Amino acid sequence: MANDHIDITVEPGEVHALLGENGAGKSTLMNQLYGLLQPDEGEILVDGEPKVFRSPRDAIAAGIGMVHQHFMLVPVFTVAENIALGAEEVRGGPLGWLDRRRNKRDVLETSQRYGLPVDPDALVENLPVGAQQRVEIVKALTRDVDLLILDEPTAVLTPQETDELLAVMRSLADTGKSIVFITHKLREVKAIADRITVIRRGRTVVPSNHPAAAPNRTKGSVSPDTPTDELAALMVGRDVSLEVEKTPAEPGREVLKVSGLIVDDDRGVRAVDHVDLVVRSGEVLGIAGVQGNGQTELVEAIMGLREARAGAIELEEKSLTGRTTKQVLRAGVGYVPEDRSLDGVVKDFTVAENLVLDLYDRAPFGNSFALNPKAIAESARERVSQFDIRTPSSQSTVGTLSGGNQQKVVVAREMSRPLKLLIAAQPTRGVDVGSIEFIHNQIIHERDVGTAVLVVSSELDEVVGLADRIAVMYRGRILAIVSPDMPREEIGLLMAGVVTQEAEDTE
Amino acid sequence: MTTEAPEKKEEQKKEESFLGLFVHNLWSANTVTVTILSIFLALLIGAILIVVSDSAVLSTFSYFTARPSDALNASWDLISRAYADLFKGAIFDPAAVQAWFNGTGDWKTALNPLSETLTYAAPLVFTGLSVALAFRGGLFNIGGQGQAVIGCLTAGVAGFAIGLPAGLHLVVALAAGLIGGALWGFVPGLLKARTGAHEVITTIMLNYTATLFLGWLILQSGVQDPDRTDAVSKTIESTAGLPALPQPLRVHLGIVLAVIVTAGVAWLVNRSSFGFELRAVGANPPAAKTAGMSVGGTYIKLMVVAGGLAGLGGAVQVLGTADRLTGQVAGNIGFDGLLVALLGRNKPWGTLFAAILYGGLRAGGNLMQVDVGVSLELVTVLQALIVIFIAAPALVKTIFQLRDARTARLGASMAKGW
Repeated sequence: MANDHIDITVEPGEVHALLGENGAGKSTLMNQLYGLLQPDEGEILVDGEPKVFRSPRDAIAAGIGMVHQHFMLVPVFTVAENIALGAEEVRGGPLGWLDRRRNKRDVLETSQRYGLPVDPDALVENLPVGAQQRVEIVKALTRDVDLLILDEPTAVLTPQETDELLAVMRSLADTGKSIVFITHKLREVKAIADRITVIRRGRTVVPSNHPAAAPNRTKGSVSPDTPTDELAALMVGRDVSLEVEKTPAEPGREVLKVSGLIVDDDRGVRAVDHVDLVVRSGEVLGIAGVQGNGQTELVEAIMGLREARAGAIELEEKSLTGRTTKQVLRAGVGYVPEDRSLDGVVKDFTVAENLVLDLYDRAPFGNSFALNPKAIAESARERVSQFDIRTPSSQSTVGTLSGGNQQKVVVAREMSRPLKLLIAAQPTRGVDVGSIEFIHNQIIHERDVGTAVLVVSSELDEVVGLADRIAVMYRGRILAIVSPDMPREEIGLLMAGVVTQEAEDTE
Repeated sequence: MTTEAPEKKEEQKKEESFLGLFVHNLWSANTVTVTILSIFLALLIGAILIVVSDSAVLSTFSYFTARPSDALNASWDLISRAYADLFKGAIFDPAAVQAWFNGTGDWKTALNPLSETLTYAAPLVFTGLSVALAFRGGLFNIGGQGQAVIGCLTAGVAGFAIGLPAGLHLVVALAAGLIGGALWGFVPGLLKARTGAHEVITTIMLNYTATLFLGWLILQSGVQDPDRTDAVSKTIESTAGLPALPQPLRVHLGIVLAVIVTAGVAWLVNRSSFGFELRAVGANPPAAKTAGMSVGGTYIKLMVVAGGLAGLGGAVQVLGTADRLTGQVAGNIGFDGLLVALLGRNKPWGTLFAAILYGGLRAGGNLMQVDVGVSLELVTVLQALIVIFIAAPALVKTIFQLRDARTARLGASMAKGW
């Protein structure tokens, strides 16, 4: 059961945050509101009237709009065409032609009225992510919605873009629209929400001292004045530490040295542009940057998954350039890939099999000829308990586990052999708060035993929390290497490509 | 003793829950239930086709409203006779077995149906395993036919062109078939790994190439039987033939080989390092690549092994059942292998049983045609229907109102794979 007797009331003109871990049931709840799923029990009231939504069409007709986490835009269409899609202005009867001019006018009008600048003639595929999101919002607004649902809207944005979005949400609320803001980021919730509903395991949860019967409050929601750690505890169901606890780093010798690295992406566009990096043993180098600024290609080049056009990669003064992935792994590099379900695990494989995915042909798990199922099973049982992987058994398929536990499988696999270098890309993406804490501690533990660690993350909080030094990457270049003590606004500006005086000084 | 007691208790508990699970799963859409119901549905539709295709029975339907019993009796009689023949031809004829025990008949007649079934099944096991193994690695080996044809060809030529003592000659001929098929699998594997050429296209093209090559080769001097003018090769030396077991029956050593190879493939898939690689590559190539496996290298190795298996199937066909090469010597074993693999859910032992089922349908169909006059094509229709129902588990699920099972639906994914 994804939703268990949830009550939620959204008032006109309010920003209502829906807070919960991945898999808590937030999206299920909103998909019912948007007509994508039908509730088994209970009802939806719009302006006091019960409504039944069989499809998003019904929901839109009732004034409900939704901006999905993954944009529902056609990349090769223009902004105006995308916005018109599904509600085209047609002239001359059912077989008439599209009234493009009127579409464009509508788009411009909506965009000006709500202060959301979009170019109606631009192709969506050429727009940055933040602008694509504006298109989605304008699209919803042209449908005359009263309630706008935003599903994890900040996941793909820079800190600056996030601030802009929060401002837009506020101004929309001021015009009387209601906003449901789905997220798991506490900072944003604190910044914008008028009211917060916390969902855990399909139920709404409130603090134990919460006056649930208080007349001026809707049942199940909490006020934004609730302290952050209390909100986190509500989400997870126990106390969590949001700060990564660590001692100052004791950097040793140079382990990874990247110099003059140039890498192209799949389309042949330069993704990594003359990057120089050094990671020392016993330190965490964090790479901050908005997704798509070359971090993926940089890591793939180091791992031998992508060919470098030029430059050198050295591990303890031995060249890694031109090596196969297997050779790189064997040289003592651990790799937590950014796309867990695509690159990290084989979902049809058991937990035990996934734990030896890159070790199956080495003793004691096997040799180049045969596997040793007994050794594999035994080691799996150990890892499952050591890394607290919540699984019915080590023989369950990984696809049945939650995202956090799948990630623990990857982390357990990569950390269960002696490492010189650990590369963790987006180590906690799509991972619940409880597992984030655990994975962060494991990464710091690895640093403390003397491994060089490279952490790539588009979550600035994560980079700041883990790293001893932060390299900010923008359009394939390292703009600056800064200390994690630098103000987040400054780092945020760097992530947007703005080099400030202070950043230049530290470089 | 005291330590044993709680253990036993636990065991009992486990058994109970197992039984409970079994009953629960019996009517859920698991693979076994769907397979059995698919066969049942196919037989049901087959029954209608038998009635429709018989003009005598069909004529009784013209006065159905006046005397329905005529039509129903005639239909029932025809259907039951046809399916009884299918059974008698495939497994055993109770009358013949009775006669054998009474001393009036002999064991040969009694065991002949089984012998026929296994004879037809033997090559299908190999081609089925070829397809199943490739599929586990994420490849659609539509080229089982071509690989089997080349296997026939190389095994056949080795069978009559070289003189060796019995036993050794057989081994050499089988090896020739294996290598020939492996070579025919290597080409699409290499193309896939190096250029990304889709194996479905390349293997289909190589099927034509193989068949036409065989047709050309048979007519060449040194290969063609000098006493014949038609496209028939020389006769394969008896030293290279797969021995019958026992003599008067047609069933030969090939089926034993098939069981051994099935066990080998099962080991390869589940217990070997290469099997781990191929399963990882088949389930998620990017993850396999990220874990340091060579996806292209795995494709090449996999196609070589799959081709070798199909080639071995061709060799078994030519050295066991046929005794010379003809243009049609490989029959349809490669394409039937596709269906056998699907029916066997791409599992080695499943494929073995599916091949035996196919062999049984074929052997029973022969008797059905001779005895009741139901066309042998009906068997093909039955085979096709079974496959259709298995490929569409949702259909079977709806018809029988099965519960959802959480097992992986390999059959469906294979049908939807491309």
